Amino acid sequence: MRYIPNSPAEQAALLREVGVAAVDDLFATVPREVFRKDPPPLAPPMSEIELRRALGAMAVKNAAATCFASFLGAGLYGHHSPAFVSQLLLRGEFLTSYTPYQPEVSQGTLTAIWEFQSHIALLTGLDVANASMYEGATAFVEAVLMAERLTKKRTKVVVSRTIHPEYLATLKTYLAYLGLEVAEVAAGADGVTSAAALAAAVDETTFAVAVQSPNVFGLVEDWTVASEAAHAHGALAIGVVNEAFSLALLTPPGAAGIDIACGEAASFGVPASFGGPLIGFLSCRDAFKRQIPGRLAGRLETPDGPVFALTLSTREQHIRREKATSNICSNQGLIALMATMTLTALGKHGLRETALQCLSKSEYLKTGVKALDNGKFAVAFPGATFNEFALRCGPPVAEVLAALEKAQILGGVPFARLAPGAGEHEDLLLVATTERVRREDLDRYLDVLKGF
Amino acid sequence: MSDHGNLTNPVPAALADRRRKSSSIFDAFRPGRKGVLLPALDVPAADPEALFGALHRAEVEGEVEASEVDAIRHFTRLSQKNMSIDANLYPLGSCTMKYNPRINEELARLPGFADVHPYTPEHLSQGALELLARLEEALVALTGFARVTLQPSAGANGELTACLMIRAAHVKAGAPRKYVLVPDSAHGTNPASAHFAGYAVQELASNPRGTLDLGELEKKMTDEVAAVMITVPNTLGVFEENILEVTKIVHAKGGYVYLDGANFNAFVGKVRPADLGADAMHMNLHKTFSTPHGGGGPGSGPVGVAPALVPFLPVPTVEGADDGWRLEFDRPDSIGRMRTFYGNYGVLVRALTYIHSYGNEIAEVAETSVLNANYLRKKLAPFYHLKYDAPSYHEVVFDDKLQAAKGVHNIDVAKRLMDYGFHPPTMSFPLIVPGALMIEPTESEPVEELDAFADAMIAIAKEAEESPELVTSAPHVTPVGRIDEALLAREASKPGSFAPVLRAPVRRS
Repeated sequence: MRYIPNSPAEQAALLREVGVAAVDDLFATVPREVFRKDPPPLAPPMSEIELRRALGAMAVKNAAATCFASFLGAGLYGHHSPAFVSQLLLRGEFLTSYTPYQPEVSQGTLTAIWEFQSHIALLTGLDVANASMYEGATAFVEAVLMAERLTKKRTKVVVSRTIHPEYLATLKTYLAYLGLEVAEVAAGADGVTSAAALAAAVDETTFAVAVQSPNVFGLVEDWTVASEAAHAHGALAIGVVNEAFSLALLTPPGAAGIDIACGEAASFGVPASFGGPLIGFLSCRDAFKRQIPGRLAGRLETPDGPVFALTLSTREQHIRREKATSNICSNQGLIALMATMTLTALGKHGLRETALQCLSKSEYLKTGVKALDNGKFAVAFPGATFNEFALRCGPPVAEVLAALEKAQILGGVPFARLAPGAGEHEDLLLVATTERVRREDLDRYLDVLKGF
Repeated sequence: MSDHGNLTNPVPAALADRRRKSSSIFDAFRPGRKGVLLPALDVPAADPEALFGALHRAEVEGEVEASEVDAIRHFTRLSQKNMSIDANLYPLGSCTMKYNPRINEELARLPGFADVHPYTPEHLSQGALELLARLEEALVALTGFARVTLQPSAGANGELTACLMIRAAHVKAGAPRKYVLVPDSAHGTNPASAHFAGYAVQELASNPRGTLDLGELEKKMTDEVAAVMITVPNTLGVFEENILEVTKIVHAKGGYVYLDGANFNAFVGKVRPADLGADAMHMNLHKTFSTPHGGGGPGSGPVGVAPALVPFLPVPTVEGADDGWRLEFDRPDSIGRMRTFYGNYGVLVRALTYIHSYGNEIAEVAETSVLNANYLRKKLAPFYHLKYDAPSYHEVVFDDKLQAAKGVHNIDVAKRLMDYGFHPPTMSFPLIVPGALMIEPTESEPVEELDAFADAMIAIAKEAEESPELVTSAPHVTPVGRIDEALLAREASKPGSFAPVLRAPVRRS
């Protein structure tokens, strides 16, 4: 009965109207041998009081970033989300509507999607962005598949190994049976993609070249390394971003020859929520928009003002079925709205100011690490970083994290956790800072390292 | 609400224009405004120009400048232009637009879930891992499968996950096989998902009852067929009566049976899909398990699998017991990852909350959804054509055959329904019903709403007879009139059509 409004008497009246004696008569075409007579093996229904207790008991066993100073990042960064965002998201008109197939009664959602697309296009310096992808890794996969469709009969995608390992793992899952080859180019000793190695891996069979910036070590990459290597052989260049605030301070991919940008936009006020729901994005040059995957909101000027509707839908599965550009149907609508609201509040000035705070705090910590004189820690790579860097640890990473935890600090993500079993970079700890950490947190972090 | 020119507008034109035309924040922002306040910077300010050199970006040109109040007004006004379950019966067939309980929202927002990073050490995220294990346990109880992966991000992603697992299983057994069979009544994601797993799709023609034709299946089910994808009940809302024979035929040829669980709401708690002989099925948590549709997601599409497919589940799985939960990556036959981290976790929290709120009485959900659909069928059958009259489960698919004689099509009925305050049904499929009106009321609707919806549909049927132009020119009282989507598609195809910078912001000084 919990959320079923009709009373038992009303249910009985409906049954009479329908003309059956019992509700199970409506299930008459289910084979009797599988029709279940006993209730499923679940506990009895819980009231809200019991639900709060049961779920609350699980929630308190987790280290919320609100109780620790958190330096966790590695693809998902704990930025501030304005209070109004989570409040407005609870409006039923946003929360309980669906994909805006009927534009006349969905202008709210459609306008917001169009704005999300506009923010992403501006941030990435490209012409067209879609309504969202599930999250960063699947956005990356969709970008690769899109590039393959745009370049006829080529079979190889060249990827830098400085892309997040979970993105690369996801790519391999999706490409496993499509007859496409993933060629990985190892990072140079400086942790950055080597332009020469990348260029050497590209040939006439290559349809795309992909690089991430800031890369998995937090290092800023030069997009032109990818775009020049790709374009020299008629391939497309893909730029991956998973710390989207970096786009406020760094040359956007579209301005450096990147053809398709993709990645994760959760930095714009989306809670970490143990890794989802997040908000993947994909943007591209105008010439490629017919091959873009997923939903796309368009804007039409009318005498009554602009109106919005989903458009170019002949690319999509509900029309093209197996010939569609993607199988995606539901995307991340509400999370795109969350990011759009956050971006609206941040705006041009808030974006830059927040990005500068992230950068400044990271630089402060790096400077502190370099000044340590116990010889046990180092900034692993010399290149420029945005808000995350790789800390090379003399002591085992687990011991370093344990010591930091005692000081109420979540000290970072062991590189080994990104690719379990790979046995790579086991002495590296990825340390991310956002506007949420304070100088005293940074000083406490450095004090713990000094104690080794 | 605009009057589309039918009524006298008492507001001076210029003022009415201001309200109507400022529909995007990109059209109305003011230089110098911002909507967030950060703490004062407490460390020395870094110099990005010095650090990044030529790679430095000075500003994001064209970005919005707005205050917090501007943002609140803008998004609140946008929300008022949407229909929603909270305000309107939303009978979008196949989408299961049921009530989204607010306790789910509250619990998913607990800092112990929402503010927990996915790379938090396992010993500091035991509750988060436990929740994953508990949800898997509950879904196993409801489906009868051996295990469930919670990683897929939405229904279509679940389909692909299953297709990849099936392919991996065939590869392990010697050969991947070539084809996946999909009924002509299927949702478009089925053939698309099979395609992205590297399979060629063969269509299965439905029989005159709208269900699977056993003869057709026997003919096409060869040892080159990897799997058959079946929706139960199918997109007509009809239960495949011969499902046990179907699964036998497929298994006899060494194929796998994939169930599309989009319509699980019709039989949750009544039938365990594994008992039907299914080898895998995805569940849309945003349908059956009440998590909000959010204007187009996020969804979540867990996949349950029979023992034969367990080795191929995506990594990581959650293993352990009350004395400790952990993520397991060492699964040599796994298809790998389907995404970063562990799934749309916040959606999973909501789904577990919902399952607990019904517990062992969850069959009432299926029973009531089926009863409500049959009630609407009974009321509307005299007025709308029903191409397939097999018993309906959670939804009923009428079409516009009777109205088309007067030039009124399903799209017109849909637009006119908006004037009556209801969201339209689904029309884009099933493809075997031209002019479809796929109606799924769900268990959430009280009898008076069902009656009001039926009355509106009946009134529209009469209007189609007596004054068809009233229907074909609808909607009349929505925030905007009927949008010319064909014109938009032509405009959108032109170069530069999506560039936000083309529209200079309105700067009122």
